[in-house]
Amino acid sequence: MGKEYRIPSGLTLMKAMEYAGYRYTRGAGCRAGFCGACATIYRLKDDYKLKSALACQTTVDDGMYLVQLPFTPANKKKYDMENLNIAHNALLKEYPEIARCISCNSCTKVCPQELKVMDYVQASLRGDIEKAADLSFDCVQCGLCAFRCPAEITQYHVGQLARRLNGKFVTPKALHTEEAVVKLNSGVSKQEISKLKVLKLDEIKELYKKRSIE
Amino acid sequence: MKLIKGYPESMRESIEKVEKTREKRLKEKYNQMSLEERDDVLNKFHPDYKPEVKRTLSAGPSKGEIVPSEVADLIESYPLISEKDIDISNIDYDVDLLIIGGGGAGTMAGIWAAYEGIDPDDILMTTKLRHGDSNSIMAQGGIQAADKANDAPEIHYLDVIGGGHFANDPELVEALVSDGPAIIKWFEGKGVMFDKQKDGTMITIHGGGTSRKRMHSAKDYTGMELLRVIRDEFINLSIPAVEFSPAIELLMDDKGQVAGAVLFNIETHQYYVVRAKATVMATGGFGRLHIQGFPTTNHYGATADGLAMAYRCGARLRDMDSVQYHPTGAAFPEQIVGLLITEKVRGLGAQPLDKNGEMFVHPLEPRDVESAAFIKECYGTGGGVETPTGMQGVWLDSPMIDMIKGEGVTERELSAMYRMFKRFDINMVEDPILVFPTLHYQNGGVVIDANGATEIKGLFAGGEVTGGVHGKNRLMGNSLLDYSVFGKRAGISAARYAKKASIGKLTLSHVTKYSEQLRKAGAPESRKSPMILPEYRGKNVLSRAIDIF
Ligand SMILES: Cc1cc2nc3c(=O)[nH]c(=O)nc-3n(C[C@H](O)[C@H](O)[C@H](O)COP(=O)(O)OP(=O)(O)OC[C@H]3O[C@@H](n4cnc5c(N)ncnc54)[C@H](O)[C@@H]3O)c2cc1C
Ligand code: SF4
Ligand code: SF4
Ligand code: FES
Repeated sequence: MGKEYRIPSGLTLMKAMEYAGYRYTRGAGCRAGFCGACATIYRLKDDYKLKSALACQTTVDDGMYLVQLPFTPANKKKYDMENLNIAHNALLKEYPEIARCISCNSCTKVCPQELKVMDYVQASLRGDIEKAADLSFDCVQCGLCAFRCPAEITQYHVGQLARRLNGKFVTPKALHTEEAVVKLNSGVSKQEISKLKVLKLDEIKELYKKRSIE
Repeated sequence: MKLIKGYPESMRESIEKVEKTREKRLKEKYNQMSLEERDDVLNKFHPDYKPEVKRTLSAGPSKGEIVPSEVADLIESYPLISEKDIDISNIDYDVDLLIIGGGGAGTMAGIWAAYEGIDPDDILMTTKLRHGDSNSIMAQGGIQAADKANDAPEIHYLDVIGGGHFANDPELVEALVSDGPAIIKWFEGKGVMFDKQKDGTMITIHGGGTSRKRMHSAKDYTGMELLRVIRDEFINLSIPAVEFSPAIELLMDDKGQVAGAVLFNIETHQYYVVRAKATVMATGGFGRLHIQGFPTTNHYGATADGLAMAYRCGARLRDMDSVQYHPTGAAFPEQIVGLLITEKVRGLGAQPLDKNGEMFVHPLEPRDVESAAFIKECYGTGGGVETPTGMQGVWLDSPMIDMIKGEGVTERELSAMYRMFKRFDINMVEDPILVFPTLHYQNGGVVIDANGATEIKGLFAGGEVTGGVHGKNRLMGNSLLDYSVFGKRAGISAARYAKKASIGKLTLSHVTKYSEQLRKAGAPESRKSPMILPEYRGKNVLSRAIDIF
């Protein structure tokens, strides 16, 4: 941050920043590794490597020189899921820039979730939706990959579309869910619930105690 | 301190005992408690059953209701702004529908209001941090819905009511369970990657207090997967959202309707006036109030702003006396204390154990019962494991999961948990993890009807900010369903209302009136709310901070 601070060891970067007096208005969301708001890059003393981390999930180190990145600007395509065509690589159509990937692997190296980002970009390029969806599943959308990419690809948006296509078109539908909806429309449950709703406290307690657990 | 694979030597001794009892425990069956036994442990050990940590509200529509002291302090607070500070005649946004909060409930409300025919340009979402920074994105375990052959909404209904100690609003529970299957189908159609078998059958498991396996999940990133998809959908519909601009007060009109809000840009400190025909409150819960000093699983902005704002307009609160502590917050290492260990870990077979490696409670009691049993073990019977910082916890025997469910299941289905511990050199496939209850959920909240309407005209609400759905205790997986069902219902109702409503002259007089009531009740003037962000800066620093520009 351009200043030197002495911080008790063992604090996360986020807690260390607060200890040092910084109040977060940006760069903090879930504080638990799920939202990607706290993307941070740093260098260690005498090490030329630029490293990356989630500030809420990484502990401070001696001589750490860091900056928190605001969210990387990125264009998200707008699409109507109903009208996408997976037979003609919908990923490439929406995000043609994935063809510019030069396989430099910078995205994979920077990913704080340790995802194989380049591999899911490559899978997207091939139209392998399932693979792209699977490899990108744990993405917290921190934006670090897009920040580093020389080809200006916004990987996490590509991954998002791949997962939605996979969930909607590739994986088989759950028939029992469909059936449950149809059954509900028949009104049987409504009747059963109406009966439960008017029960006295003692009666419903009795029913609850006696319910079978499967 | 020397660590061996993430744990200090002192804790390693206890881990060895855990390993010794594992074979035996794999075969044993452990019974659930009777309702009487549950009551006993709750009364003696649950933090919520201590009367001295709560007090009655002394002003406003729920005067006389018992709430935690921290909540009372927030509710009995003066507004951050007054009528003379703000020029409400100068309107920055004039919309049909204002949605306050960018978590699950708010996002669903926006989508369904647009489906209901409101032009996206006439909708505005405002949120405190980024769109999606919320409790909704953090949910791990899953979402309940009765959509399997051996299940039905009426069975789900009974589980919800029993889990909620029979205090729930039956109409709300009916809406919750009846909309469940269609919600899951809708999510599936939007492209949510639920955990499924090859033929498409949803993989569902038990949660604490469920009588059927109806917990749907997407690994242990369920909340993230749902929210990513609905946020994507929301953006595709071109609904405008302003980030980093929390609402700090609701506006009303001279006809007694809620008519928008005053927003505050947390970076430029500028205010904006929004006039809206209908307003949906979706600000989530109160974890960051740190009730009774507990650590919390909640996101940074969970400071119950919506409660404070709605209350000043006359909205009643219910069931605020009950607070949910999640039994399994991380208790070691120090850096992640309080963060959630999803209930799915127990759902998949991990058992809670004392320091000698013995099981002392069924793994899947309702959350409050399970929490009370953990606290009893640590502070009642002395069976807890002590960490180097003096904290107590009990083991959760996570290596059992791969033993029961097959190798690789933990890494695959609990990748977030696995990753979280791995970052601190702990491998939960080889070693158990240490847990202790953590503040998790606001059971009560603003009173709504089954359509998501509050008792104040023009104000709708859905999600964790509301009360009644879960009674005095929520079961796992019912809150993602709650925000989906009531976010949707509130969005639709608000859209219908907005089509007919006409707004009178804007006013903040309700705020002035409430302040007068507070003064009469003797509330100290120094108290202000909403809180917006909790204060975590170092005391040393704050003692030398000055405000000069
Ligand atoms: C770690 C964790 C795990 C969980 N796991 C599960 C689970 O497995 N299953 C389950 O069913 N439930 C789970 N829950 C509970 C569930 O996630 C939440 O209760 C639910 O998502 C709440 O949704 P919501 O939309 O009401 O609130 P939130 O998602 O919290 O959204 C509230 C939004 O309002 C915004 N906001 C707050 N104040 C203001 C203001 N003044 N102005 C504008 N915006 C504001 C916030 O920034 C946020 O965007 C979990 C919760 C946590 C914290
Ligand atoms: S894939 Fe990109 S956006 Fe996703 S977590 Fe990795 S670096 Fe962040
Ligand atoms: S950083 Fe960009 S160009 Fe390099 S491998 Fe990743 S996607 Fe390809
Ligand atoms: S604050 Fe959400 S990932 Fe760090």
